[in-house]
Amino acid sequence: MATTDVQTFTTSLADLDVSVSRTDAATAPAAIDEAAVDPAIGAALDIEGISLADTAVETELTPRGLHEAETGVTRADRAVAAYGSLLIRSDDGGTEPLSLYPPNHVAVLRASDVCDDVEASVDRLDEIFGSGGSAVLATGASSTGDMGALVEGVHGPKHVHVVLVEDR
Amino acid sequence: MSSQRARRRKAERIRGLMETEGPIINENVSRMNRDRYAAAERFDEYEALRDEARGIKEDAIADLPALLDTLRESVEANGGHLYLADDAADANRYITSVAESENADSLVKSKSMTTEEIEVNEALEGVGVDVWETDLGEFVLQVADESPSHIVGPSLHKSREEIATLFNAVFEPEEPLETADELTEFARDYLGDRIRHADIGMTGANFVLADSGTITLVTNEGNARKSAVTPNTHIAVTGVEKVIPGAAELQPFVDLISKSATGQDISQYVSMLTPPVETPTIDFDRPDDPLGSGDGERDFHLVLIDNGRLDMRDDDQLRETLYCIRCGACANSCANFQHVGGHAFGGDTYTGGIATGWEAGIGGEEAAADFNDLCTGCSRCVNACPVKIDIPWINTVVRDRLNADATPSEFEFLVEGLTPDAEGSVDIQKRFFGNFETLAKVGSATAPLSNWVTSFGPARKAMDRFLGVAPERDLPTFRRETLVDWFESRRPRAPNATAERSVVLYPDVYTNYVLVERGKAAVRTLEALGVHVELASPLESGRAPLSQGMIATATDHAEALTAELDPYLDAGFDVVAIEPSDLAMFRREYEKLVPDEYDRISANSYDVLEYVYGLLENGTSGDALATPTTPVAYHSHCQQRTLGLETYTEAVLDELGFDVETSEVECCGMAGSFGYKSEYYDLSMDVGRELEGAFDDPNRQLVASGTSCTEQLGAVFEDGVVHPVELIAPDGS
Repeated sequence: MATTDVQTFTTSLADLDVSVSRTDAATAPAAIDEAAVDPAIGAALDIEGISLADTAVETELTPRGLHEAETGVTRADRAVAAYGSLLIRSDDGGTEPLSLYPPNHVAVLRASDVCDDVEASVDRLDEIFGSGGSAVLATGASSTGDMGALVEGVHGPKHVHVVLVEDR
Repeated sequence: MSSQRARRRKAERIRGLMETEGPIINENVSRMNRDRYAAAERFDEYEALRDEARGIKEDAIADLPALLDTLRESVEANGGHLYLADDAADANRYITSVAESENADSLVKSKSMTTEEIEVNEALEGVGVDVWETDLGEFVLQVADESPSHIVGPSLHKSREEIATLFNAVFEPEEPLETADELTEFARDYLGDRIRHADIGMTGANFVLADSGTITLVTNEGNARKSAVTPNTHIAVTGVEKVIPGAAELQPFVDLISKSATGQDISQYVSMLTPPVETPTIDFDRPDDPLGSGDGERDFHLVLIDNGRLDMRDDDQLRETLYCIRCGACANSCANFQHVGGHAFGGDTYTGGIATGWEAGIGGEEAAADFNDLCTGCSRCVNACPVKIDIPWINTVVRDRLNADATPSEFEFLVEGLTPDAEGSVDIQKRFFGNFETLAKVGSATAPLSNWVTSFGPARKAMDRFLGVAPERDLPTFRRETLVDWFESRRPRAPNATAERSVVLYPDVYTNYVLVERGKAAVRTLEALGVHVELASPLESGRAPLSQGMIATATDHAEALTAELDPYLDAGFDVVAIEPSDLAMFRREYEKLVPDEYDRISANSYDVLEYVYGLLENGTSGDALATPTTPVAYHSHCQQRTLGLETYTEAVLDELGFDVETSEVECCGMAGSFGYKSEYYDLSMDVGRELEGAFDDPNRQLVASGTSCTEQLGAVFEDGVVHPVELIAPDGS
């Protein structure tokens, strides 16, 4: 993966008003804690060397926790540099609702998972769908113009933060 | 009801919507249209992806039966159910039976026009299910008990103030709601409660992938995701035409749909769900049990609706409608829609340009009759459509089919002699406008008497009453000496007979009988550039009848004109047109009307300024042409812009040193006969006034390429308007 993808990605995120912290695996837990507003809940990240056990993020998930959490912490499976989009899986760990219900979403992502554009992520999508999987390409905060002006933070998060783990 | 009274009533209704919903619709739709241009501009692959998207839809609709078989296997292998519903009643029967078997009390929905089409809310409420629209725009409509006015933004016609008044009256909050933030927060909390406790979530599906059973939902708010994954049961309802093969075919649409719809590079959420999803079940009634616990199992039903679509697939003219991805770009780019919105320019469910095809397909042609006339054929939506659907043609076809059903008028005798068309039962107003050529011939032969008679009060009253010709609109002034008369009286007859380039100039009806000066200017310009010019016979191209939906008559004209031009083309002449709407016939509609002639005439015909541009580019000196005396305000022509021809006029004027300001409005609102019609005169003028903003410098000479634009600019600015060729033509008589 070319370094320019990551540069394009961070530029796209800046345009979307999505904040970013660039870390390595060792400092990722601290970056997550710093970005997450309490109370925070999260699902297993499945990234080597990083565990939510090293953070203040609650990983026992309940409907009450989902409803009351200020932050949801999840893995992002891939990212699309051109748009600043995050590919969020709908897995059995609860990544989908965690990325959607709380007003803040902290997405943890490896730099090597950044793709150029939607076309470059087609193979990955094929793989996910082929195994019965689901995912959402999420881009920035949820928003609506239906109430007469653009408002961010509707049914989904009002703020998105990306923890980008350098792994190359 | 007399036709005059019907026209008056229609005019009143349009005026009413122009006053009430027009301003806010205009603001919202124009913004999305501007943003669409900007998004396309930013994206290098835009044009290539349009071709790809079109190809994918063509193939998918052709292969639909096989794709449906594959999809059924995929959905069932995933553990879901697929139901193919014949019509609305069949779909509602299935959906309500699912709700009953789940003992469902409540259902949350994300926005879906297909569910509007089948009126599923009423069906569900009939079996005791509370239905909540979770898209904020749809929620506003549900509270207000109104129908959508736009495919993408159903409540675009409502202002923040109106929504606040509505919510404060209905919900009586402790503190009155006022700002967009307050309204959004209120709606989110209110609907959030309903989503958490709903028994069923219902969504539409923008695309369905046959090979994996994945459904795609494109949204900004996040309500579709919540509706789909919070309740244990998910019902997705969509049309059969939404099925495409797989992820590779999905990609172009992901890249195109939001750019076309709202001008966003991509929507906030493109959900690609392969239900039943793996996401753990969430039971908010047992808030402290772990997610995924309890006996809840996810259940999924995909309801695909035919409701006339498979017949559309067999219909060579309406088939293209099925390629539509419901982005609303046709509505946003439509000058008339920008001023009245979908409550005038739409049917029961669908709105805007493509709505004619949808409503005719699912409800029969009559369902589209009421708003079909609001398509003026300006063709601005053609380039806006991400799948390259020829929306004006679909509107023309539906108009033609409606004509065939029209009752002959009792005043038929009034225009009988003037309307030798191939379509006897067409509405009298349409026959009148569709046969402008005959009218022009008679008008010219009897000028100036004809002009005096038609400007006379009682005559205008009668024309309004019987023909629906707007009394406020100035009529064209017919010239006794036609362009052909002038051309044939000139000596020498062929000043450049030995020139390298020979042109047959097409004297369209307006140029020949009314706007003769622009014809003379075209001849002088071409001759000054060393071209040998001959004049074709002044035959109608077919534009006038075509715009009335009289396809058979238009075809007769097209055949006669191509027969006239054939010998010139055989002899190596280029065809040059002055009137853009006629050139657009040669380049666009002749493909449908005279397919055998199309390739040759479209390849060898030119706009007059495009031709001049080519000559100058190829080294011909422009020294003989006129030099600027005044700065210019230029309005290109809608169909000319669709063909990308306005740049040639701008380039020529620029090269000759003119100071040019060009309007960017999609269309002046006149589009041929539209502004002449009593019921549409006010709307035409309202649209035309958009030009005032563009051309507010009174010192600029107004310049327009099209006849209708010339008349409209004349009406709006009460000023002399000329064709660009009249600016550059050398002096002469």
